[in-house]
Amino acid sequence: MGFWVSSSISKLATRNRYHEVTMAEPTITLNVTRYRPGQDRAPTTQAYAVPYKEDWVVLDALNHIKDQIDGTLSYRWSCRMGVCGSCGMMVNGTPKLTCAAFLRDYYPGEIRVEPLINFPIIRDLVIDMSDFLDKLKSVKPWIIRKEEKPVARGEYLQTPAELEAFHQFTQCINCMLCYAACPVYGLEPKFLGPAAIALGYRYNMDSRDQGKEQRAVIGNHDGIWDCTFVGECSVVCPKDVDPAAAIQRSKVDTTKNWFQSILMPWGQR
Amino acid sequence: MFTHDIVIVGGGGAGLRAAIAAAEVSSKLSIALVSKVYPMRSHTVSAEGGTAAVLREYDSLDLHAKDTIFGADFLADQDAVEAFVKEAPGELIQLEHWGCPWSRDPDGRVSSRSFGGMSVDRTLFAADKTGFHLLHTLFQTSLKYDSIIRYDECFLTSLLVDDGKVCGVTSINLYTGRVEVIAGKTVILCTGGGGRIFPFTTNAAINTGDGMAAAYRAGVALKDMEFVQYHPTGLPGTGILITEASRGEGGWLKNKDGYRYLQDYGLGPPTDKPTHRKMELGPRDILSRCHMQEYAKGRTFEGPYGHYVHLDLRHLGEEVINKKLPFVRELASKYVGIDPVYEPIPVRPVVHYMMGGVSTDINAKTTLVGLYAAGETACVSINGANRLGSNSLTELLVFGTRAGRAAAAYAANVSAPASAAIDALAADEQRRLDRQFLRKDGGTERIATIRQEMQLAMEEGAGIYRDEQKMEKACKTLRTLRERFKEIIIEDRGSTFNTEVMTALELDFMLDVAEVVANSALMRRESRGSHTRTDFPKRDDANFLKHTLAYRTPDGPKIDYLPVTITRWPPEERKY
Amino acid sequence: MTGIRPDPSKLYNRKMPATWWLQKKSYFLFMLRELSSVFIALFLLVYLYQIYQLTQGPEAYAAFTRRLSSPGWIFFNLIAFLFAVYHSVTWFQSTAVVLPVRLGERLVPRQIVTALHIGFWIVVSLGVLILFLALKD
Repeated sequence: MGFWVSSSISKLATRNRYHEVTMAEPTITLNVTRYRPGQDRAPTTQAYAVPYKEDWVVLDALNHIKDQIDGTLSYRWSCRMGVCGSCGMMVNGTPKLTCAAFLRDYYPGEIRVEPLINFPIIRDLVIDMSDFLDKLKSVKPWIIRKEEKPVARGEYLQTPAELEAFHQFTQCINCMLCYAACPVYGLEPKFLGPAAIALGYRYNMDSRDQGKEQRAVIGNHDGIWDCTFVGECSVVCPKDVDPAAAIQRSKVDTTKNWFQSILMPWGQR
Repeated sequence: MFTHDIVIVGGGGAGLRAAIAAAEVSSKLSIALVSKVYPMRSHTVSAEGGTAAVLREYDSLDLHAKDTIFGADFLADQDAVEAFVKEAPGELIQLEHWGCPWSRDPDGRVSSRSFGGMSVDRTLFAADKTGFHLLHTLFQTSLKYDSIIRYDECFLTSLLVDDGKVCGVTSINLYTGRVEVIAGKTVILCTGGGGRIFPFTTNAAINTGDGMAAAYRAGVALKDMEFVQYHPTGLPGTGILITEASRGEGGWLKNKDGYRYLQDYGLGPPTDKPTHRKMELGPRDILSRCHMQEYAKGRTFEGPYGHYVHLDLRHLGEEVINKKLPFVRELASKYVGIDPVYEPIPVRPVVHYMMGGVSTDINAKTTLVGLYAAGETACVSINGANRLGSNSLTELLVFGTRAGRAAAAYAANVSAPASAAIDALAADEQRRLDRQFLRKDGGTERIATIRQEMQLAMEEGAGIYRDEQKMEKACKTLRTLRERFKEIIIEDRGSTFNTEVMTALELDFMLDVAEVVANSALMRRESRGSHTRTDFPKRDDANFLKHTLAYRTPDGPKIDYLPVTITRWPPEERKY
Repeated sequence: MTGIRPDPSKLYNRKMPATWWLQKKSYFLFMLRELSSVFIALFLLVYLYQIYQLTQGPEAYAAFTRRLSSPGWIFFNLIAFLFAVYHSVTWFQSTAVVLPVRLGERLVPRQIVTALHIGFWIVVSLGVLILFLALKD
């Protein structure tokens, strides 16, 4: 009964033998940003020749570099299936998840891999996301209610239509490609940013939430009103969250509420 | 040194739930959440299908317990299972109250779907990204509590133990490369599983068994490690998970003749609509074995990544797929170029989950005073020899809560550990890390080479079908790799975000975990659940109705046993 | 709350170049869209001045109209008109984003919403043109 296991393994072994590149195998060149704090004054670019395989993504190429060529290259990754949000980088100038950027879409041209722009670089392809996390927290991304129903009484009822109203905006994987795509965030680091606002909007639109007034930071000067609807955030979003829509709708919403509070101050929710 | 009441290692579903549970016990407790990645990157995020609990009138706690115990091939501790099924509904409703976007029925109640091995529909889901929504809901809710202090991108290197009590952890702060001491009265390990010891796995890069190995090195037993679950439907090559929900919604598994082969293995008769516990809704271990037997008969397809079968979703229709399985459609299209609306998806069994882990009792407590564990890292055991799909996400919540509350209760009654002892232990750890990793010179082996050889040894020796010879060979290979590990090359001397040292540390942990799995498997001379031996093909309740306990010795794991707790369900033959 | 975070002094900050909007087609088109409002404003000023000239009597108005017929002013009007069209089309595209339209359970695709807006705009414009031609004499 052992033969089928061995046959399966030899295929696995072939799959894993990334490093056995012969001269005949096609290669593709990756030009990767390197930055070693304390050692480098500024980022530089290092070129690596990597085997070209039809079903490889840029992340596979980076892993090959780290495993077989240069162990000093640092980058973040985890799930390799586009749901954890770790592996966002600039690929030929466009923010992408490297686990979803296929080499075949660039071959035989060279691929430039850089850390996400509009973020400070910690090392090589690793950027500092503390600002993003602070902003995420500032929109109070949790259910806020005046009165909680006891768990023993069961779930809050929510119709499929009510779920549909905010479901799209729950899909954000916090990959920050939208921040890299947004020129406003690049020019004005205080801007709350697409993902944070979209998350705040998600909670505001959730029928179970009653905390809109507490998310006033969204309607602030550095919130939605910094946005000039360039729209690139929604273009690069790998999960079709459409943060641009969330922001513009928030503008309409906030404006409506403002008029209501002026014209009908007695009608507070 | 940072000092807290509770130190939680791992920011996934179990870790976050434990942190919230402890924070709700008392806001005066200072809780550290230490994770080598930002919490929303934790592997919980990849779970797709759903999470099980008894919420409907047609269901009962006893039925959920029976399904679980049966699925576990009677190796589950039945008192733990009873507690688990009882607390599950409350946990899922609590999650709903915290904003989790569960999919809904027209009347507004949370929906449930069919899942493998479950007698009735009891698996709650959020489209087919349940783990993602669960994790993000927990992470976002955790931001409410100021008493939860996060140590993001801090890599656990060891548990600090003084005088038989755990007193904290050492971890490398990835930003500075410094070894930080995070002292605590209690430690909760929620570091997930170790699927990356195998070459084909649904698991993320981070699932390297860190917490399991750390507990093992601190003298705690690892329980039932030989039970490794193969998920029947992963994509060939990448191992990316195609959720069981695709079968729950009615998908069919077909061999190369277009035949629904599961009916040949006692799982029939085949029906058009899914029948609970039959055919494609059988338990995962049985389905994986069926696939391998089809392969032996030459009835599977052959592709660039080996054998595979077809998962056919075409008859579900585009609307159902878009509504219930949108992520499946996205994954299949992107990674194998197949649109499941029009073509069947190529799938094969891949390593998915470890039933085994750090041995805990029903309150997530280990034998080391002050140390708790929850989630895939732990083994209570509720999953026994084989886990039913959708029990794992529930397990995170139920035992995360139990661990958090137990740790909080314990921390309230003890004083902080003595810092002099901690300093001494930390200095030892710093020296060890310097010697083996941070200031290591020379070396002849690439980290990736040893890792790949370990993975191949595990696939060959501890795969779906095992025998004495192959397991012994694996154990020997792993011992050799342990020696060769001392000669690894560490090229990266930088202190900022040194991921090479991190990879080496992970491999170090993985070698321990792999060795425990292989040795535990060797010593279990029977077949049960996901542990199948060709030389001992039958289940042997007389000799092996007990948990394997593996303790660390310098020469490898020492195996001992612990009886299974049976309450109301005496072991019977496991037929579906 | 976070107990450990990167030290800001150790990070490398890249500067955003002043030519950022020339580096991507979408950024360039965005700037063009924003620029269009300048031309619309300028056109409006001219238009307001034209209305003012109406109040100054037939001779003043005729003189002004002759000035406006010069090639330079025609060119300006052409540019302003093109920008106004671009402004309007992008405005209708934005409208589709901001106001999702539902027909029962299904979402009407954005391109259709935009197309309907543009269609309605063309119809109204044609109506105005026909009215103008009819009332001219």
